[in-house]
Parts: sequence; C-alpha cells; structure tokens
Amino acid sequence: MAGEASEEGGLVFHPLDQFIVKPLFGDGAISFYTLTNVTLWLAIAVLAAALVFVWGTSGRKIVPGRLQSVAESIYGFVYKMVEDVCGKDGIKYFPYIMTLFLFILFANYLALLPMSYSPTSMIAITAVLGFGVFIVVTVLGFVLNGPSFLGMFWMKDAPAVLRPIIAVIEVISYFVRPVSHSIRLAGNVMAGHAVIKVFAGFAALTLVSPVAILGITAIYGLEVLVAGIQAYVFTILTCVYLKDALHPHH
Amino acid sequence: MEGDLAHIGAGLAAIGSGAAAIGVGTVAGNYLAGALRNPSAAASQTATLFIGLAFAEALGIFAFLVSLLLMFAV
Repeated sequence: MAGEASEEGGLVFHPLDQFIVKPLFGDGAISFYTLTNVTLWLAIAVLAAALVFVWGTSGRKIVPGRLQSVAESIYGFVYKMVEDVCGKDGIKYFPYIMTLFLFILFANYLALLPMSYSPTSMIAITAVLGFGVFIVVTVLGFVLNGPSFLGMFWMKDAPAVLRPIIAVIEVISYFVRPVSHSIRLAGNVMAGHAVIKVFAGFAALTLVSPVAILGITAIYGLEVLVAGIQAYVFTILTCVYLKDALHPHH
Repeated sequence: MEGDLAHIGAGLAAIGSGAAAIGVGTVAGNYLAGALRNPSAAASQTATLFIGLAFAEALGIFAFLVSLLLMFAV
C-alpha cells in the first residue's frame, strides 16, 4: 500500500478504507456465506425498497398519503421510461427494470448515511447487475429475432467498403457494454465517497477545517444528485439495450 | 522511495478526468443551447442528455480507476 506515506503533519488520508469488507461477527476469513457489512447493507437496501412499496401501497387510498405517493411516482416514472424507450412491447420486461432501478436507488441513497457501506461501490455487485442485463438482452435478442439479431452489427446504410470495419467496431462495442455499464455505476459511487473522505481528511487541520466542512457539505449535496442520476442512467441504459434486442433493425 | 513512477502515472491518468470534464461540458452545453432555441423539444430529449452524459462521464471514471489502481494496487 502506498497510503502510509501521507500520515505526516496531522493529515490522515485513508479515503478507500470505507470500502473494506469486514465480517460482522468476529474477524475470521471471509467466505461466501459470511455475514459482512456488504451483506448487511444489501439486506437493508432490499428491505427498505420492499417496505416502501409493500407498506406504502397497502392502504390503496384514492388520495395517496406521503409514502404511497412516493411509491406511485417512482412506479410511474420507471413505467413511463420503459414505455418511452422500449415501446409498448417492452412493458413485458418492466418488472425486471423496476427491480434494478429500485435496488440501485435504495442502495445508493442508503450508502449516503454516515458509517454505512455502499454495496453499489463494489464492482463485484455492479458487475453481476451489468452482466445480468447483458446476458438477458443477448438471449432475448436471439430468442425473439433468431439469427437475424446479428443483423444489428451489419449497417445496411453504410457504404459497402466500410461495412466490415463498422461490423467489427460494433461487435467490440457490444461486448464492452456490460463492462462500462457496471464500472460506470461502481466508479461513480466509489469516486464520490472517496472525495468526501479526502475532504474529511483536510478537516483535521484547524486552519482549513471550515473550508473543508463546507466542501464536504457541497460534495454531499452533489452525491445525493449523483446517487439518483446513476440509478436513472443504469436503468435507462438497460432500456436502451433492451430496445436493441426487441427491435434490432432500427 | 518505491513506487514513485506509479505515483507519476497516477497523476498522468488523472488528466483523463479533466478530459471527461470537457466531454460532459460539451454535452450539457450543447443540450442547453438547443433547449433554449426550442424549449418545447427540450423535455423529450432529457433521456438522451443523460445517456450522453453517462457515456462521457464513464471514460473519466475509467481514468480515475486507472489512477486508483496505480496508487493502491501496483
């Protein structure tokens, strides 16, 4: 680790220590069934999402209360997004996209609580989501369109000379999709949290601490924005990829 | 001190974040210019705006990741 060098003059920078996976009970080796801070915050995110929707909509009031209107507006927002991007026949896949959106949204926002762990900052978790979308979309494309799904890579509008080159580029960009899809989410969340911790490190110096605390507040506000936007971006890109599978020739 | 070259590399990789800032600024600025000319079409293009921002930003995040890898993993 190269981090030890910066521990001089009261400044302690460990911006990445918040991403260390620790077991909740004891400190033995971590295997796949160990309860860790990651699994704890994953469970909290899932429970919170379920709570808002099950408890919030249980009253089924005509005039919604606070929680019910939150649930209804999230539902309406995602529904409209799927309909706008994928078209009418994309509505069938709305539950999957809604699940992704809710999980990422709640994980992102809960990660903004002090002392919490952000599950979406782990590439292992976002890669499962990203590659899941990739596999679903690819299988769906072949099931719905048969081999003509491959026509997506063959641009009929391009000049004949350029078509093979464009096809190669298209294939490469298709396979890079899940990588960028997952790293974008993890990278954004991780970068934001690391920046907050760097500012927190500056707050140890009496001279600059007011500026540092103002900086933390400002970056925190930005992170609230980023948490929502990244959930939105992940979902809308899922919709765009799904649209490619449903209508590969547009 | 060991790892000096890695630190220089990390600093160089961080230039990529600035390049991504140019990209994000171009996307948002052009959206705003278009939206002010034709405000009625602006609302329908916000999804495209966010997709464009995400693609531009992702490359900056890649640069940031390379920089992190050089600092802590190499």
